[in-house]
Amino acid sequence: MASDRNARSANATPPAAAGGVALSLPAPKKKHYSLLTRRDTITLWVMAGVPTLLVGAFILVPTFSSILLSFTSWNGIGPIKFVGAQNYVDLLSYKQFVPALEHNVIWLVFFLLIATPLGMFLAVLLDKNIRGTRIYQSAIYMPVVLSLAVVGFIWQLIYAPEQGLLNNVLGKTAQGDQISWLGNPSLNLWAVLIAASWRQVGYVMVLYLAGLKGVDPSLREAASIDGANERQTFRHVVFPVMRPINMVILVITVIESLRAFDLAFIVNKGLNGLELLSTLVTNNIIGETSRIGFGSAIAVVLLVVSIGPIIFYLFNSLREEIE
Amino acid sequence: MSGILTANAAHRQKRLRRAGLQAFLITMSVIWIAPIAWAVYTSFRPFSETNRLGYVSIGGVYNFDNFVKSWTQGELPHYFINTVIILVPAVILVLLLASMMAFTVSRYSWRFNLLLLMLFTAANLLPPQVIITPLFRIFLALPLFAPLSDNGVFYDQYIGIMVIHVAFQLGFCTFVLSNYMKTLPKELNEAAVVDGASVWKTYWTIIMPLTRPALAALATLQVTWIYNDFFWALVLMKTADRFPITSAMNNLKGQFFTDNNLVAAGSLMIAIPTLVVFFALQKQFVAGLTLGSTKG
Repeated sequence: MASDRNARSANATPPAAAGGVALSLPAPKKKHYSLLTRRDTITLWVMAGVPTLLVGAFILVPTFSSILLSFTSWNGIGPIKFVGAQNYVDLLSYKQFVPALEHNVIWLVFFLLIATPLGMFLAVLLDKNIRGTRIYQSAIYMPVVLSLAVVGFIWQLIYAPEQGLLNNVLGKTAQGDQISWLGNPSLNLWAVLIAASWRQVGYVMVLYLAGLKGVDPSLREAASIDGANERQTFRHVVFPVMRPINMVILVITVIESLRAFDLAFIVNKGLNGLELLSTLVTNNIIGETSRIGFGSAIAVVLLVVSIGPIIFYLFNSLREEIE
Repeated sequence: MSGILTANAAHRQKRLRRAGLQAFLITMSVIWIAPIAWAVYTSFRPFSETNRLGYVSIGGVYNFDNFVKSWTQGELPHYFINTVIILVPAVILVLLLASMMAFTVSRYSWRFNLLLLMLFTAANLLPPQVIITPLFRIFLALPLFAPLSDNGVFYDQYIGIMVIHVAFQLGFCTFVLSNYMKTLPKELNEAAVVDGASVWKTYWTIIMPLTRPALAALATLQVTWIYNDFFWALVLMKTADRFPITSAMNNLKGQFFTDNNLVAAGSLMIAIPTLVVFFALQKQFVAGLTLGSTKG
């Protein structure tokens, strides 16, 4: 074994050539390095090292720890015991898990089919040169700056059973006749989705509007000279040109739906009709009984569903660099 | 003759369509403003008035009592200060560190440039709940000395919340800033080398001033996002007195904000800093959002 290695290394760098190798070390393709002094190199290492250390220690290490811990039965105290896939088996029989997964999917579908298309549609309308477009844009964009916590409180003023705007307008404020928009487990998810969309529509509109502004106007002119009407121009010229933005918006929509948390937690801590993967993980930690292993298994499910769109986004947005 | 007629008809049709479009957009805008308008309206009415006249009613007394009451009873100034303690250093640090990272990956060709950029961006896109369970344990275990921490660890400390904001937002800011710095001419670095400027000097006196527009946009965005964050303090802090204002809201409700009118006034006051961003810094905010997305 040892002699084998010696033979190979002798092959790779014949003693006679060693000096020559050392002399030609500043390889031509690393031109930048050769211009840097030792101090500059250290500066660069520190400049890149500190941020990398922070992201590594506080984001990446916990991510991988989640995966590892999900195979243990650790409860935070005592030794960490490996239990294989037991937590994942338990998940299937955990009565809040399947609803949470369903609600995340409903959230995603609602955003994909209603909120995001509405935001894009409004952006297309507002991109036209019409009177008052700035005012309309501002009105729809306003909720984007608000925190979801504030959004939650503002919508509770609308949904409250006795004092809420909605029931008062519908005349359903009498005891026994009230509609409990946020309390009824078959209604509250939809009520919360409307509040969430109120913000999401504006977010998508702002992004899409910026994309539309970037479309070369001569493309539209050429299309209109060719006799295309507005709708045809959008479908066959503008929309295809907007492909990168469309992709970003698609990914943002997916990620935002997987991140959904604040509204559900503010309404009822994510229980009783508002279970989401994110609220299950959180309740597992801040609750009385914290099962680290089990909570991590839920987090891993969330990670697994997020990783697809994340990779898609990376390849889409860093395409040039990758090539 | 018929040609003029059809031209007229086409013109009328076009005007009709414009009117329809305006009507649609006005309706949408009114619907979008309504929840905020309703909160504003409610906040100006004393509880006794809404009790007497009903919630959806006009008339009676309007005053600022709810604002005064929620401000003092809810101890809003206290929570605003908590937010400032976390927010200001977090935004400065995240921009400083992200710009240094972006500078190294965009202006020098390292072997791990792409890998690092990918890891950073991915880290920012993860739902925070993916990492929260181990992070919670790390915060309980990781030592931190006084005066930064009064219990010896990261958990339940302002600095802990600040650090996690910085770590989490680094990915997005690095991504945006490195895209921005890539558009600056390469010759700037070469000229700096010729002048004998060090790497640090190139970064601080040449590249950073040119990156100012992107930094301003990102700062606006980060202030809003960190101010609006509800989650981190909820899990990584225990002492309710230390909560930043957005996380504190949930505790204030029920405890101090006993009726809907008070909730409305309290929510609006908590929303004021973000509404300032909306009215005064709209351009910066939108620029920050789109810098991160319009690059294909």
